[in-house]
Amino acid sequence: MVDAGIVAESGVLERERPASEQELANRSDWIRLQAMNLIEQAGFGHYSSTFSCAEIYSVLYYHTLRLRPSDPSWTERDRFLLGKGHAGVGLWPIFADLGIIPKEWLETYGKLGSPITDHPNMRTVPVDFSSGSLGHNLSVAVGMSIAARLSGRDYRSFVVTGDGELQEGQVWEAAMAGSHYQLGNLVAIIDANGFSGGGPTSRAMNIEPLGERFSAFGWRVVEINGNEVAELLTTFDDLPDPSSDKPTCIIARTHKGSGLKMMEEAPQAWHMGLMTPEQHEAAITEIEARIS
Amino acid sequence: MSETTVNRTMSNVFDEEAAENAPGGNVVGAYLAHLAKRRDDVVALSADLGGALAELREARPDRYIEMGIAETNSVSVAAGLAASGFIPYIVSMGPFSALKTGEQYRTDLAATNLPVRMIARLTGVSMGFFGTSHHAVEDIAITRSITNLTVVASSDNNSLIALLESTVDYPGPVYFRVSEGITAKIHPQIPTIERGRFVMVRDGSDLTIIATGVGTDAAFRAAEVLETEGVSVRLLDATYLKPLDEAAIVDAANQTGAILTVEEHNVVGGLGTAVAEVIARNGIATKLSIFGLPDEHLEVSLPNVLYEHYGLTGPGVAEQARKLLAG
Repeated sequence: MVDAGIVAESGVLERERPASEQELANRSDWIRLQAMNLIEQAGFGHYSSTFSCAEIYSVLYYHTLRLRPSDPSWTERDRFLLGKGHAGVGLWPIFADLGIIPKEWLETYGKLGSPITDHPNMRTVPVDFSSGSLGHNLSVAVGMSIAARLSGRDYRSFVVTGDGELQEGQVWEAAMAGSHYQLGNLVAIIDANGFSGGGPTSRAMNIEPLGERFSAFGWRVVEINGNEVAELLTTFDDLPDPSSDKPTCIIARTHKGSGLKMMEEAPQAWHMGLMTPEQHEAAITEIEARIS
Repeated sequence: MSETTVNRTMSNVFDEEAAENAPGGNVVGAYLAHLAKRRDDVVALSADLGGALAELREARPDRYIEMGIAETNSVSVAAGLAASGFIPYIVSMGPFSALKTGEQYRTDLAATNLPVRMIARLTGVSMGFFGTSHHAVEDIAITRSITNLTVVASSDNNSLIALLESTVDYPGPVYFRVSEGITAKIHPQIPTIERGRFVMVRDGSDLTIIATGVGTDAAFRAAEVLETEGVSVRLLDATYLKPLDEAAIVDAANQTGAILTVEEHNVVGGLGTAVAEVIARNGIATKLSIFGLPDEHLEVSLPNVLYEHYGLTGPGVAEQARKLLAG
């Protein structure tokens, strides 16, 4: 298992910390297992939406983002916003592992008064912004990226949105503003797993062709397999300098429920719910067998 | 001559010259320019209403962020700026602020406790000429029901300056219901406004009028008329709509025995409703009348015509007071 990376004396985790593809792939599966355990503990949760972005979480938090876990509000940190807040359960094991929150907090998940909730709440846990209402966080990240410009800082603002979230009109207001203000320090990662809560995303309302749409809005667009660590690594490492003048949209084509056969076969059924104890054990066995 | 003295003739709201020459001056624009010149953490966002912000734009161009006709995006972008250490002021049109972006207020500003200031200009029926789409008569109801949102309303330029000045460093979000064009000197000097307190404009013993915005202007004139008739009027300017000055309401009920509320807002869910809740919760027997805009599709015309039509004038409010006292 990969460790937290090189920790400088300042406690800063620098950008592009060394981590092998295998380590990051293992970390993705660890996130899936940990999320499953939290959902089991709470009695309910969002499985397949979290599974689809496990590799994105892994590469961002264990390689790409500049962080200072001992001081989560450090002004120079890269920002991370989870537009699709329902995948929050995958963040808490990472936060505990990196020391952003105490490990004991994980034991409170799903219980009254817990600071870590299904959707992240910035009043109780040091996330960069709350989420829950889809369509807001790309706008918030535009504000953070403008703030970076105004204060002369070189942090980036990363936002993971769902693909269904793109049906919200506000996202396109934000997309306009991102290119209008030439925010090369803004990165949108679309977890394009093809499903929203009610079914296949584009059956409800067609969002394609995503690449052409974001290009037309003035963004630099990269389309990758979002469950492939190698492609994520290359894409994040090749991000233009934060001082550049075009925001980047990474269309991460993923599988909803990625990493577990029964979820990949029935992604929508596993949008939210609770595994039976037998399913839970079988899932652990399937995922652990893959970790090397 | 018209009895309405609120100087609300229509002007081009996008025009810088018109903004500079607005009756009573361009207080929002002048104050934000003043703030931005002395503080690096202040930024102004405009949802296509930058005409009034010409001075700021010239003095601190990097602190002026034009968002276009995108009110919801403006609120969430402001949240991102506030979460990064800035104090954003969003200037937008009343009809398209609270009603259109209430969810962003709640989720991105109030639940997160971020210091964003929403400056709703052109509230009430000040854009009434343009049609029902431009009436802003629901915002008190919407904003007051959002937990952790402070709601203030100016009645004249001096109260607007006092509210802007006293809230600059408030750590949470503040919604400003700005009534412009009021030339009466309700507050001859810049008043001291304490958080959650009404401002007593005049004291009296027979009746208390609690009013806000344009309602305060009408009530101010009504009080002068009523005084000549031997009615002693206490006038409270509800500059804070949330938190609400419950003590002042209870005192008014106990000491004057009659309360009339006046507002340029739907009578459902506005200042009057809030006052009635306080009276009911405290189990006080008092005369109470809620006067504002009726809960019906409002007429469409120039603002002054609408004030006359709905009685939001000195004589109109005086008549309401007489009815209440006679009842």
